[in-house]
Amino acid sequence: MEALLSSAIGILTACGVFLILRARTFSLVLGLTLLSYAVNLFLFASGRLQMGVPPLIRNGAAYTDPLPQALVLTAIVIGFGMTAYLVMLALRALAESGNDHVDVKEKL
Amino acid sequence: MTQHAAILPILIPFAAALLQLAAKGYGVAAQRAIGMASALLGVCAALWLVQLADAGAVLVYALGNWSAPFGIVLAVDRLAAAMALLTALLSSAALLYASAGFDERGRHFHPLFQLQIFGLQGAFLTGDLFNLFVFFEVMLLASYALLAHGGGMARTRAGLAYVALNLAGSALFLIALGMLYGSLGTLNLADVALRLQAPGIDIALARLACVLLIAVFALKAALLPLSFWLPHAYAAAGAPVAALFVIMTKVGIVSILRVQAIALSPAAATTTDLLDGWLVPLALATIVFAALGALAAPRLRDLAAWLVLGSAGTLLVAPAFAQSTVTAAALYYLLQSTLVAATLFLLAEPIAERRGAFADAFKSGPVFHAPWLALAFLLAAASAAGLPPFAGFLGKLMLLSALRDSGSAVEIWSVLLISGLLVMMALARGGSRLFWARKPDMPPTAAPAVGWQRATAILLLVSPAILLALFARPVADYAARAAAQLHDPQAYIAAVLGAERANIAREARP
Repeated sequence: MEALLSSAIGILTACGVFLILRARTFSLVLGLTLLSYAVNLFLFASGRLQMGVPPLIRNGAAYTDPLPQALVLTAIVIGFGMTAYLVMLALRALAESGNDHVDVKEKL
Repeated sequence: MTQHAAILPILIPFAAALLQLAAKGYGVAAQRAIGMASALLGVCAALWLVQLADAGAVLVYALGNWSAPFGIVLAVDRLAAAMALLTALLSSAALLYASAGFDERGRHFHPLFQLQIFGLQGAFLTGDLFNLFVFFEVMLLASYALLAHGGGMARTRAGLAYVALNLAGSALFLIALGMLYGSLGTLNLADVALRLQAPGIDIALARLACVLLIAVFALKAALLPLSFWLPHAYAAAGAPVAALFVIMTKVGIVSILRVQAIALSPAAATTTDLLDGWLVPLALATIVFAALGALAAPRLRDLAAWLVLGSAGTLLVAPAFAQSTVTAAALYYLLQSTLVAATLFLLAEPIAERRGAFADAFKSGPVFHAPWLALAFLLAAASAAGLPPFAGFLGKLMLLSALRDSGSAVEIWSVLLISGLLVMMALARGGSRLFWARKPDMPPTAAPAVGWQRATAILLLVSPAILLALFARPVADYAARAAAQLHDPQAYIAAVLGAERANIAREARP
């Protein structure tokens, strides 16, 4: 479980960083999305990994830390809003300049 | 009512934003009225907060009445109250300026502006690191849209880079918070301070988390390797938006100051040395970079953006020393440099209107007659360059004399003074090109009148250059009290966590 999760975070981060460094807005959006997936998984892991345990404290029963789940939920909502705005901005840049270079070069 | 004072500066702009959205059908006049009412109420609330905080105790407001460290708290000390007041004053002036017509150049300007104030105030007043992240995002999301307000390719280009960089910064912020929570089991700032001193934590992981956190704040504060976004973004924004943005770098600086003073410093031997050795050189490099950029700036708004960067670099020298004298001087410097840089952004627009196609570029242009604009520019420029008798001179003097006994006084003094000279040359060259180097054969440009809103806004922002110098003693005394309170983290921790803080039940973490 640990190996699976940590390698998933690592691969997502690596792909995200690679795509962010491309000079096209489409890959930039994809890269930031992958990076935010990696971050969300990472936040989950900060409450320790437990299988099949509810985030509720009951008498004597095992439970998992509910706080990271709340943090991840908040981070997902914020990341979703941000990505939506970035997509709109990228579309506007495309409409204004005619290409999808991140430096928004003038129309030739 | 008094116990709810801490949340008022956050609630007022939020309520105003919702009301403005509801009042959209009644036209921009209704939105302006709501915005100005919110600005006035915000200034009153911030003044009240300053008065309450100056009694000496840290005001703690438990949101939803969940006590710390389990719930989220707002913790208002003198520093937070002063920043809330500065935000309220700056945003009122910027809003007044925008009401002269800038707000009609795009959609939803007023609700976005109020949401940006909401985020700024929340970021200054919160005592919880995850809540700080949320308010950062509120502030940034509003700023993305405000930056693009008015349209044009320059704004889209600057906006794309700004948004992408800040999204990557947000990801890094979340990673830092995850590591902090994973190693310490808390995100409340006071509780972080307490846990860092407790035995049995993974200190390497906690240190890494703190360094990442500071790196994220340094990105917002524009410390040198992370500062290339600032001049483009700020110079591309519209005048009132850029004026409001001036305080955004200060959010990063105040966050570094606060995290360093409250969480890192007292936890002796484990985290005290986190800022040593690298922050001062990078801050000095930022100052030099900004001074060179100011010399090379082709337009007044570019020059103002480089000045923002320079003042950020100057302020970032302070956290490395963790002394209340240095912090007090930095606070005074912060107040005046914020207002002066905002003034220059606001002045750029009416000057540009009067010069037609030349706009605010530093080139000889058509003749125009605007003695009041020239006087306001002179005051702002003299204060920005640090000339006596203005507030900028006093701020720099206080900072220099507070740093005299520090180990690296020679480097800091020489860099600050030489960069001050460069900035003065840049401002003198720019001002003489704008106002004096005229081509008499060119026809004057028909420019719209400055108008009472814009004139009042500029007056509001330029007058502190003199007022802060005249009333330097009370302001500096307040800054000294705020710094002393900031560097006494035990009182902050006691106020937030209560007397039972040693007995908070904690589960054993695997």
